Amino acid sequence: MIDPVAAASVSRRHFLAGGGALIVSFSLLPRLLCAQENDRNADAEQAKGPLPGSLKDEPMLDSWIRIDADGSVIVFTGKAELGQGIKTAFIQVAAEELSVDFNRINLITADTQRTPNEGYTAGSHSMQDSGTAIMNAAAQVREILVGLAARRFDISADRLTVQNGEVRAEDGRRLGYGELVGGQQLHVRAQASSKLKDPRTHSIVGKPVERVDIPGKVTGGVSYVQDLRLPGMVHARVVRPPSPGARLAMMDTGAADKMPGVLKIIRDGNYIAVIAEREFQAVTAMRALATAASWEERPTLPAQDDIYSLIQRLPSQDTAILDTRTMLGAGTRTMEATYRRPYQMHGSIGPSCAVALFRDGALTVWTHSQGVYPLRKAIAEMLRLPAERVRCVHMEGSGCYGHNAADDAGADAALIANAFPGRPVRVQWMREEEHTSEPYGPAMITKARAALDGDGIVADWQYEVWSNTHSTRPGPAGYLASAQLLQTPFTPPPPTPIPQPEGGGDRNAIPLYKFRNARIVHHFVPSMPLRVSALRSLGAYMNIFSIESFVDELAKAAGADPVEIRLRHMEDPRARDVIRTAAERFGWAAYQPRKGRGRGFAFARYKNLGAYVAVAFEVEVEGESGRVSVARAMAAVDSGQAVNPDGIRNQIEGGILQSLSWSLYESVTFDSMRITSRDWSSYPILRFSAVPERIDVHVIDRPGQPFLGTGEAAQGPTAACLANAVADATGVRIRELPLTSKRVKAAIGV
Amino acid sequence: MALNDLEAPSHRSAFGALAAVLLGVAIFWAFGLQQALSADEPPSGSSFDPALVSKGAQLAAIGNCAACHTAPHGKPFAGGRALRTPFGTIYGTNITPDPDTGIGQWSQADFLRAMHDGVDRRGRHLYPAFPYDHFTRVTDEDVDAIYAFLMTRDLVRAETPRNELAFPLNIRATVGIWKLLYFRRGVFQPAPSENAQWNRGAYLAEGLAHCAACHTPRNFLGAEKKRLDFTGGESAGWHAPALNAASSAPSPWTADRLFAYLRQGMDDVHDAAAGPMAQVVHNLSQVPEEDVRAIALYVASLGGGQTPQRRASVSGVDTQAVERGAAIYAGACASCHDMGRQVLGGALELSLSTSVAMPAPGNLIRIIREGFVPADGEKGPWMPGFAGALTDRQLTDLVIYLRAHVGEKPAWDGVAGEVEKAARNKSRE
Amino acid sequence: MITLNVNGQPRQVDADPATPLLYVLRDHLELNGAKFGCGVGQCGACTVMVDGEAIFSCITPVSVLRDRQIKTIEGLGTIDNPGPLQRAFIEEQAAQCGYCIAGMIMRAQALLEKNPSASEAEIRETLSPNLCRCGTHMRILRAVGRAARAMQNTSTGNTKGSDP
Repeated sequence: MIDPVAAASVSRRHFLAGGGALIVSFSLLPRLLCAQENDRNADAEQAKGPLPGSLKDEPMLDSWIRIDADGSVIVFTGKAELGQGIKTAFIQVAAEELSVDFNRINLITADTQRTPNEGYTAGSHSMQDSGTAIMNAAAQVREILVGLAARRFDISADRLTVQNGEVRAEDGRRLGYGELVGGQQLHVRAQASSKLKDPRTHSIVGKPVERVDIPGKVTGGVSYVQDLRLPGMVHARVVRPPSPGARLAMMDTGAADKMPGVLKIIRDGNYIAVIAEREFQAVTAMRALATAASWEERPTLPAQDDIYSLIQRLPSQDTAILDTRTMLGAGTRTMEATYRRPYQMHGSIGPSCAVALFRDGALTVWTHSQGVYPLRKAIAEMLRLPAERVRCVHMEGSGCYGHNAADDAGADAALIANAFPGRPVRVQWMREEEHTSEPYGPAMITKARAALDGDGIVADWQYEVWSNTHSTRPGPAGYLASAQLLQTPFTPPPPTPIPQPEGGGDRNAIPLYKFRNARIVHHFVPSMPLRVSALRSLGAYMNIFSIESFVDELAKAAGADPVEIRLRHMEDPRARDVIRTAAERFGWAAYQPRKGRGRGFAFARYKNLGAYVAVAFEVEVEGESGRVSVARAMAAVDSGQAVNPDGIRNQIEGGILQSLSWSLYESVTFDSMRITSRDWSSYPILRFSAVPERIDVHVIDRPGQPFLGTGEAAQGPTAACLANAVADATGVRIRELPLTSKRVKAAIGV
Repeated sequence: MALNDLEAPSHRSAFGALAAVLLGVAIFWAFGLQQALSADEPPSGSSFDPALVSKGAQLAAIGNCAACHTAPHGKPFAGGRALRTPFGTIYGTNITPDPDTGIGQWSQADFLRAMHDGVDRRGRHLYPAFPYDHFTRVTDEDVDAIYAFLMTRDLVRAETPRNELAFPLNIRATVGIWKLLYFRRGVFQPAPSENAQWNRGAYLAEGLAHCAACHTPRNFLGAEKKRLDFTGGESAGWHAPALNAASSAPSPWTADRLFAYLRQGMDDVHDAAAGPMAQVVHNLSQVPEEDVRAIALYVASLGGGQTPQRRASVSGVDTQAVERGAAIYAGACASCHDMGRQVLGGALELSLSTSVAMPAPGNLIRIIREGFVPADGEKGPWMPGFAGALTDRQLTDLVIYLRAHVGEKPAWDGVAGEVEKAARNKSRE
Repeated sequence: MITLNVNGQPRQVDADPATPLLYVLRDHLELNGAKFGCGVGQCGACTVMVDGEAIFSCITPVSVLRDRQIKTIEGLGTIDNPGPLQRAFIEEQAAQCGYCIAGMIMRAQALLEKNPSASEAEIRETLSPNLCRCGTHMRILRAVGRAARAMQNTSTGNTKGSDP
C-alpha cells in the first residue's frame, strides 16, 4: 500500500522534469503505424483519428505508464476505486499488454498532483475511458520498448518477443524494461491505434484474478480515508443545522470551550465546527455545542404526499429527446400508465470522511470524492485560493453509489484546516448528518402510453418523464453544502440537464426496442424541493422500471409472453442474446406457477451504450402481510470484453441486491421542516433475513469487444423485474416504488 | 401447582368430601361433555361479502389471532405455536380453512360457539389459553365477520402438535369445572352512563383485544383474579404492567398518550413498546384510527399513573453497586438517554420509565439485554441490546443504580438472580 | 489510564472511561478493523468480540471492559497468515467496498466459535444486525459457510482437503 505522506512529496512536475524525458520519434519504431518515417513532427501526424478512451484528453504516454530503472511499473489512472474492483482490473489490463507480472505493477489512482484528469469516476465510464486508455498506452509502451531493444540488439523488431518484463532475442540476448528506459520517461504522444494482444492469448485479462485490495481489508490494513492517520492529526466535527433553511440565532460556546481536548471552535455564519485532540472529545464537544446552539427554523420542505403533483406543477424545460412519429399510430388497443419513484438515499455504510492539511500556503485534502479535480476546483473557489495550491488525493471510502456527502466532507476538512493551519484535520460525518444532508436520488414521475396493433406489435409509443437534475456535483463551490452555510455564502448555480445520449432524469428514457412511432419527452425541473444529485444509474433506475413494467402490461393486454414480446421488438443481437440466456437459464418456458408465487422478467442496456443486462426473478408474496421475498434471481450480462468476470458478477449481484433494497423498502421521509429519515431505524434497508435464496449471474464474454460500463446496469431491470413478478404472483400491478409490504397489502386487499 | 395445594380432608369431613366428589361428577357429566352440533355445510370462500371479510380482518387484528395461531416462521394462522403455561404446553391450533387440519369444516354456528362458549366443533371444551372468557363478549355480527375473514384465508395443511399437559388437565372435560368456577358467558353490554366512544373502547378492550388476559394476575388455576383486574400480569416472560391505579408509570397515561403508544409504539414520556406489545402495536396499525382511540380512551379511564408517585425513602440500597452502576450509565446509556425524546435521536429519560418503576426488575433487565428493533423492513423505535457488552455483574449494578437513582423506589430484591435467570432463559430460546 | 486486553495483549490507554471502545480501538490503538458506521448499534460495522460474544463497540464504554478479553479482526490473523474466516473471504472475493466486512467477520467468528456447524439459516439470522449496502450478502454467506467447513475439517483432524 502506498504511504500517502511519502507520496505527497513527489510532484508530477518533479518527476516529469527531473527524471529526464525520453523524446522518441516514431521513426525509430518501425513496428508502429507510421505515416512519415523521416518527419520530425511525426508525433503530430500520429494523432490521426480520436485517441482511444481518456488518451484523447491526456495523450502523453508517461501520464499513464512509468517504468523505473529497476523495471518496476507504475500505472496512473484518474479514476478512483469505489469498491467496484477497477484497481485490479486496470492492473490486469496493463499487465497483459505490457507483458509483465501482475504483481510488478503499482497503480496510482486519482490524485490532482500525479494522475491524469479523468473527471468523475461515475457513469460506469471507468473501464470504457480509463481502462481503454491504459490498455492502449500499455500496448504502445510495449511496442516502444521493443523498438528500443531492436535498436540496441541491431535486430529487426519483428524477431523479438516480449515476456515477463523483458524483450528477448532468439539468440538468447535479453533486456529488461528498466534497462531499456535507463531511468528516462516515455514522453511520447499516443497514437490512434495500438497493436493490442490477440484476446486468445490473454493470460491475465479475463482470468480470475483476486482483487488487490481485499486482503488488506480483511486483516485491518489501512484501506480507507477513515483509516488515515498523520502525525499531529486532530479531529473535528461539524454542528449541522437541524433543517434546511435554519439560521443560527445564538450559540454559547462557553461550556464546550472548556471541554477536555478542545482546541478551537469555528463559527462562520451558520457554519459551526469544533476541533479537538482526540476523536471522542470532538464528538462530545460537538454534542455539547449542538445543545448550546439555538436555531431559527422555518418550514421549507413540501408536503410529502403532494410531491409527485408538485414535481409536475413546477416550471420545467421540456425537450423531445426522440420523435419518430411519422403518423399517428393506428392501434387496436391503447394503454396508459403512470409510475412514481420517491426520493431515495445513497446511505453509504460509512458516513463521509476527509482529512486536510493547510501548510505553507498550500492545502492537501485526502478524500473519497468521485472527482478529485472538480473538487479541487470547488475548494479553491470556496477558499479563494489558486487551484495550483490545492491538492486532492483520492483514498477509498465506503461505497458511495454516486454523489453522496464525500465532497462535502472534503470541503469541511478544507474549511477547518484553513482555520487551523499546520496540523492535519480529520472530519468524520455522523450518521444523522449523512442521512439528512446527503443529496438524494430525485423523486420522479413518468407517464407511458402505447398502442398495440392487431398482431400485438407496438404501433405507437409515447413516454414522458418529469425529474430534477441528477447532478449537483462540485464543480461550483455553490454545490458544497458547507459553502452554502458560510457568512458569505456560495449559492448553487441553476442546474442544467445532462445531454443525451447519457442523460440525467432522461437516462434510458429511450428504450432499445424498435417501435414504429415513438415520442419521448424529458421535462427537466430545475427547482429542487430537496437536495438531490446522482444516485447510481441516475434516471435509468426509474425509466427502466417504468418502461419494463409497461412492456409487461402491454404483454398482458396482448396475451403475449413477456420474454417473447421483448424479442418481438428487439433487433440488437447482443440484447437478444442476454434476453434469451436469462430466460433459458431461469427456466422461463417450463415455469410452473404456484399459489403465492410469480415470475418476472426485465431487460435494459445501460444508457443504450453500456452493458446489456436481463434479469428474471421468482418471488413469493405473503398474502396476510403483503411481504414480497425474492426466491431466486437469474441474470445474464454482456459487458464486452470481460477483464475480470468475477468483478462483473460481483457488480451485478450487488446491483440486484441494492436495487431490491431500494425497490422493496426505501423512501426518504420528511415533514415541512426536516428530513425525518435520520438513521437505519427510520430508513430501513435490506438485511440478511430478506436476501434471496440464490442469485445467479451469467457473464457473456465478448473477447476483443470494447469494455462496457457495468456498475449501474442492474438497478433498473431489478426494479421492473420485481414489479412484474409481483404482478404475476398477485394479479395486481403496482406502479409506485417502493413495493413495501403495506403498499402490496393495500393493493391485494384482504 | 394446582392440586398439590389442597389439604388432605380430615375424618370428619370425609363424608362431606364424598358428597362433594359425587356432586362434582354430576356437574362434570353435565357440563363436561357437550353435544356436537349438527354439521351444517361450511360455505365456500367465494360466498363471503368482501366488505364483511375486510371488517373481519380488522377485528382479527384487534384480537391478535395471528400471534397465538402462527408458529415462528410459520404460515399465517396455521397453528403450531407453543404457549407455555404453568400447566404445561398448549399449541395454538390451525385456524386456516383446511378441511382436515384446520377449521375448513366448521360452520358459522360452530365458530360462534367456540368464541362464545369455548367449545369446539366436536363438543369438547377448549382450554382457556384461548381467551373465550373475553371473546364471549364479542357480538354475533363481529364473530361472523371474523369467521368470514378466516374462511377466506389461504388454507394450509398442518397438523397441530398434541398438547403436553399433566394429568388430569389433559382430559378436556376437566375444563368444565374451571368454566363452572370462572367462566361468565355473555355479549358485552354497554354502560348507559358512559359515552359511545368509551363503550366502543370497553367493548374492544374487554372483548377482542383481551387486554386483561395479560395485564391481570391469575390464580392457581390460571383464571384472572377479577378483583385485581388490570393490576398487572404476565405474558411470554414479560411483566405486563398494571394499567389501573396500581400503575408504576411515573407519568400519567392520558388517552392521547395511550393512542400515540398504541399507534406508533411510543409516546414522549413512556417506554417504547417492547416484547409482546410490539406485535399488538403492529396489528393496531391496520385498524381504523377511531377504534384505537376508543381503546386508548377506555384504558386511560382505568386510571393508570394518575396518582402521584409516592417518593418512598430509599432503603436497603447497595451504595457501591449504585456507584458502579452510575459509571456504567454514564458510558453506555447517557449519550442517548440524557437527551430525552424531545431531541431527535434521543431516548427516553429514564425517570419516566415504567420498567424502572415496576414491582420487579424483569422487564428492565430484558430490555437492556436484548434491546428492541422494528420488524424487518419496518420503521420504528430502536434500542441496541447490551447483553454481550455488559457482564451479569455490570448489568446488575446498572439496574440497581437505575432503580435507586432514577426510579426513587424501594430497592428490588434479588436483582443478581433475575439477571442470571434472564441470561439462562435467553440461551435456552 | 485504563488497561485493556486486546487480542491477548495488555494495552494501556489514556482515555475517558466513558469513551466507546470503537474510538479507543481506532484513535488510540490505531486498529483499523472496527469501523464507524452509525454510532448507535444499528449497522454492525463496529462489531468486535468481548469474552467470546459479538458486541457493538460503538456503544460499549471502555469502563466496562477492564479484565475482559477483547478480540478484533487483527487478532484473527495477518495478511501473510490469515485466519480461516479471513482466508474464506479472500477465496470467495466476498467484498465490494469492503467497509462492512470486518464487522461481518467478527460476528461470524463469534458464531462459529460457539456453533461450528451453524446452518445457512442460522448464519443469516446471526448476521442480521450487520448491514451491507453494496449487496455482497451472497458472497458473505458463502464465505462464512466455507470457513465453517474449513474450521470443522481442522478440528476433526479431517485432512480430506478443502471443499469445492
